[in-house]
Amino acid sequence: MENTDIVKENKWLKYKEKGIEGFFFLNGILAVFILLGIFFLLIREGYPTFKEVSIVEFLTSTRWNPTSYSQSGYGIVSMVVSTLAVTIGSLLFSVPVGIAAAAYLAEIAGRKEREILKPVIEILASIPSVVIGFLGIVLVGPAIARFFNISNGLNVINGSILLGIMAIPTIVSISEDAISSVPDKYKQASLALGTNRWHTLIKVTIPAALSGITAAVMLGMGRAIGETMAVLMATGNATAFPKGIFTSIRTLTATIAIELGEVPYNTTHYHSLFAIGAVLFMMTFLVNLVSDIVLHKYGEGE
Amino acid sequence: MENLEKKIIVNDLDFYYGDFQALENISLEVPVNKVTAFIGPSGCGKSTFLRTLNRMNDLIAGTKVDGEVLIDSENIYHECVDVVNLRKRIGMVFQDPNPFPKSIYENVAYGPKAHGIKDKDKLDQIVEKSLRQAALWDEVKDRLDKSAMGISGGQQQRLCIARALSVNPDVLLMDEPTSALDPIATAKIEDLIEDLKKEYTIVIVTHSMQQAARISDYTAFFLMGDLIEHSLTQNIFEKPENKKTEDYITGRFG
Ligand SMILES: Nc1ncnc2c1ncn2[C@@H]1O[C@H](COP(=O)(O)OP(=O)(O)OP(=O)(O)O)[C@@H](O)[C@H]1O
Ligand SMILES: [Mg+2]
Repeated sequence: MENTDIVKENKWLKYKEKGIEGFFFLNGILAVFILLGIFFLLIREGYPTFKEVSIVEFLTSTRWNPTSYSQSGYGIVSMVVSTLAVTIGSLLFSVPVGIAAAAYLAEIAGRKEREILKPVIEILASIPSVVIGFLGIVLVGPAIARFFNISNGLNVINGSILLGIMAIPTIVSISEDAISSVPDKYKQASLALGTNRWHTLIKVTIPAALSGITAAVMLGMGRAIGETMAVLMATGNATAFPKGIFTSIRTLTATIAIELGEVPYNTTHYHSLFAIGAVLFMMTFLVNLVSDIVLHKYGEGE
Repeated sequence: MENLEKKIIVNDLDFYYGDFQALENISLEVPVNKVTAFIGPSGCGKSTFLRTLNRMNDLIAGTKVDGEVLIDSENIYHECVDVVNLRKRIGMVFQDPNPFPKSIYENVAYGPKAHGIKDKDKLDQIVEKSLRQAALWDEVKDRLDKSAMGISGGQQQRLCIARALSVNPDVLLMDEPTSALDPIATAKIEDLIEDLKKEYTIVIVTHSMQQAARISDYTAFFLMGDLIEHSLTQNIFEKPENKKTEDYITGRFG
């Protein structure tokens, strides 16, 4: 009698065990399903674009004018280049600033300074992008216009600066972790050879933290590519090909955000916005893939 | 020892970690081109003392030094001394092999490059010479561009010795350089130390009394921050003057 009870209990426990395992497994693969789901949605909704527009035109033309009555244009080149321009522009200043700040926090700042600065930088990361965009319109844009003596400050460089500001917290925070986790023994070895702390920082500590710093930059870059609101507000909303850093532009994300709300359902224009989404998806995917490869390559050194 | 040229002379040295006094009134002389071993039970201050000789303790916050350390008759704790320059002259090998996560070549070339040598041929020469001195050249000459993390622990430690030699120091400080190594690798490093003393003054911390007996000319015995006895290695092991030394080397404690 008692014996069968125990057996039952055991069976029940086994089911419970299996159940819990299954639960965690489901959660684990949920992310994969969501990712695949999004990708297929983008492909399915984007694909019909190419019944009317050739894929070559889509990928090589610089003219984006889906609503023109005479001759509609569905080329995304201007927007892709715009996206790349503001992204690269933002990295150009957020990477050096971010790494220098991270090195300062990890290696030079005292405990007090670190305890004040780290939370401040993390708050910077949580400012909504609309607010940053607002800043671009009322502050940074006009400042650029005045400084370079041009009529319009809403352009590539304005977008780059704002995106840079948004990428810096990510870069600082992750790079700082990477730099502080470089073992002390490397620094000691370097200092014992009669080098000063700057030399040690630049030649030993930062290279040893390179994989983490790369991850930080890639995450910052991912954020810059995908960011919508701030660039939409701050880059002038013009679907022109960026001829320089003072051109007003419109990125891939901004185009989707502006046009998707007004486009008639199931038109080519509608589908083309999903096709843009798919392109964006692949761009961020590529960035992540490359960073993964870089990380693995440098990870081997350890 | 009286008639030997002295490389290092320590006078009345006290050392503090914050309020804790780790070394008390140490006076000792290290003769040139000899191997001097520091022995003593764990925590007695051997590593601390070794680090006062190239001022690596400066890196630890809240430490304090009293007394003087003369190297080539110059007090290294004088305020005019450039610590970076000092450490070029006083090389150090650490307990755990700690090559940089760089290639074997870059590990050895790092110091000379840092000190301004840019010429590739000159660097190649230094790398080869240092690796030969460290008895590692034959084992790694075909894979200089491979990561130093991929060689064995014993090879890594010899690489660290080569790296220390690359900047041409006068003194080599070694803190238990073989404690992480197997007997074969240990024997290689001991042979190496024997060779190196022709050109360098060597100070080595060791936990192994056999090692001290095998490789050192002089031995200093420390106990709880005090220098108990310092003499010819043979004397320390065969007829120690101090009862505490005798107890330690006969294994009665520690
Ligand atoms: N960074 C530090 N801060 C505070 N106290 C320290 C520090 N390093 C060492 N000590 C203390 O100083 C004393 C001497 O330490 P030291 O490392 O010099 O001993 P040791 O003789 O090298 O020991 P071992 O043989 O275990 O390496 C010990 O009591 C130790 O706890
Ligand atoms: Mg020690």
